[in-house]
Amino acid sequence: MTTGWTLAMGAMALVDVGLIMLGMLAGLFTIVGLIFCFPPMIKLIRRRTALARRLTGRWLGAEVLPPYLPPPPPVRPQPDGWYRYQRQLYKTPWWPEWNNRAKWMFADPGTWRDAAWLVLNPVIGGSLVLLPVALIGYGVALPWLWAPQAAPLGVAVAALGIAATPWLLRFYGWWNKLLLAPTARSVLAGRIRRLDQVRLEAADSQAAELRRIERDLHDGAQARLVAIGMTLGAVEELVDKDPEAAKALLAKSREASSTALTELRDLVRGIHPPVLAERGLGDAVRALALDSPLKVTVTVDLKSRPEAPVESAAYFSISELLTNAARHGGAERVWIDISGRGRTLRVTVTDDGSGGADPSRGSGLRGIERRLAAFDGVLALNSPPGGSTTATIDLPFALAAAQRDTPSMPKWMYAVVGIGWCLGWLPLFPQGIVAMILKIVGTDERSWFLALYLPEPLQWPLIIFNIFLGMTLYGLAIGLPLAYSRKQELCGSSL
Amino acid sequence: MAHPSKVGPVLPRVVIAEDLYLLRDGLVHLLQAHDFEVVAAVESGPELLTALTTLRPDVAVVDVRLPPTFTDEGLQAALAARRAVPGLPVLVLSQHVEQLYARELLADGSGAIGYLLKDRVFNAEQFIDAVRRVASGGTVMDPEVIAKLLASTARHQPLGALTPREREVLELMAEGRSNAAIAQRLYLSESAVGKHTAGIFTKLGLSPSDDDNRRVLAVLAYLNAAR
Repeated sequence: MTTGWTLAMGAMALVDVGLIMLGMLAGLFTIVGLIFCFPPMIKLIRRRTALARRLTGRWLGAEVLPPYLPPPPPVRPQPDGWYRYQRQLYKTPWWPEWNNRAKWMFADPGTWRDAAWLVLNPVIGGSLVLLPVALIGYGVALPWLWAPQAAPLGVAVAALGIAATPWLLRFYGWWNKLLLAPTARSVLAGRIRRLDQVRLEAADSQAAELRRIERDLHDGAQARLVAIGMTLGAVEELVDKDPEAAKALLAKSREASSTALTELRDLVRGIHPPVLAERGLGDAVRALALDSPLKVTVTVDLKSRPEAPVESAAYFSISELLTNAARHGGAERVWIDISGRGRTLRVTVTDDGSGGADPSRGSGLRGIERRLAAFDGVLALNSPPGGSTTATIDLPFALAAAQRDTPSMPKWMYAVVGIGWCLGWLPLFPQGIVAMILKIVGTDERSWFLALYLPEPLQWPLIIFNIFLGMTLYGLAIGLPLAYSRKQELCGSSL
Repeated sequence: MAHPSKVGPVLPRVVIAEDLYLLRDGLVHLLQAHDFEVVAAVESGPELLTALTTLRPDVAVVDVRLPPTFTDEGLQAALAARRAVPGLPVLVLSQHVEQLYARELLADGSGAIGYLLKDRVFNAEQFIDAVRRVASGGTVMDPEVIAKLLASTARHQPLGALTPREREVLELMAEGRSNAAIAQRLYLSESAVGKHTAGIFTKLGLSPSDDDNRRVLAVLAYLNAAR
């Protein structure tokens, strides 16, 4: 199976030579001014790399994402109906669109990494075919080249050629990822774009919230305090002339102050519920459950308190879900489960209602999603019509980490790096390169070069193997720590 | 500050815990004007706990939110003091009332507990009445707590079986009022109220009791069990 894959990939890589020719031709045309050749060529290359990404993802079992920058937004007409690209105006959006797209393709480092991959692919990918085929051929030819007694050795070499294919495929996958996967920089750039968007939404909803609070204060407590002040003014005038009327007015103003307090209390509850501030998420949700007309069961398993803003977002999301269950779901019982797993805060709200909740229609659910997005949280809803509804909220990085410093490399990695640095030179220089030079020069000197003591047909394979081994050891010694630190960098910051 | 040394009737001794100076001062004057002896007026949780356990007042008026943490410091101190001195009468005041806190206060079942919104201080007469009832071992719940309890359990059986009049009686009962007081409030005869309470107890499956405190606890215990 893997052998088949390997050979297919190798063949594909060899066919790429044609694509490279075409690309060079397109490049040449572009340079002499036929810039129209550029975008279609890039599109073609991107299709080829997309295929390689998909196949690599399948072998490695991990998706390889495209590294490209997002395409430019569509061109909008100016107020006068013209379309603008830099200092030129066009009647139709076609030209500015084309320019934008060409610029986008040209400026994207992903384009050039694709090109580099394409140019090198026949060499690297070709070895997928050539190496096993050469080994098998060599193994088969060994009895004729050397002596009939070497037949078992020949079989072993041929078997090695077949056995090596999974490793070759892995190596090829790693090579593909090296150039075709998003670089740390482009991953971070993508994250910054998303954070920008989330920040905008968060700032927006915060502003809307402040406007609501301002309106509530203006129409509620503030107006009532004005009324109380006026009543007290009237009392001042009446107190000597008509004490009875003054008393009645005082009672009225006391009532008004009481109403103002009630309104303020409700407002405060909407901003930040007092129980949440005093007791944290668990008890706040319990208090919420007690006030709900539904039968609510709350289980809480939290070792630490999340940050206050996250806590508040989780609280209001739960509150909204509970309201939804009562209002739309026709539920009677609700189960709320709050738990922490690692650094993730997970809340599940299950009801026994009639289901059929749809986030695309309910503005309440959209509101929850927006609220959670500010903290990278997600809402997953499972609400089959006629069945019970389960809403799951995941807030990653909501809880404090057990330990904040980055873990050091595992021990085996240190061992491999050590072996690589200590022993890499041995097969590479004396046993590999020096032996190769001696072999080419053709001296009789054998000294301690192992390969030269072997029978003639095995000398070259061992020399090449030694060089390859040495390079691999050095490659691991350099590559492993780099790969590890990059992985930590990407995992450590919140995704 | 041991026992009052002045001659005359022994005044009920009060400890006040409130962090806002104006309100604390107001409470001190209000209670002194109504024949209470204020033995301590403190402003933080730890001070309150010390005052409650060493002075052992006849009643304490405690704000929920106190320094140093400004969370539920006062409530925790009151609960801790009641664990050390069972049945210590405490009236808890708060800017907001929560069923959750009400349940915690009532959990030990020894009565002599009050839980009121701060606004209730506006009506001096009613407030002093509440302090007196708590001091004498009664239970006073803010009408808002009761309303919330009833609203959230309204849909559950068998509370739904109560007539509107019986619900009214139950509400007042849960506020810690006697049959006589309920009769006065609802413009009914005392015997009619007695009939209603009997009806409530039958419908809720509780054995009737004359004890005010036990009545409230029975009602709340039932409401707790209903969830």
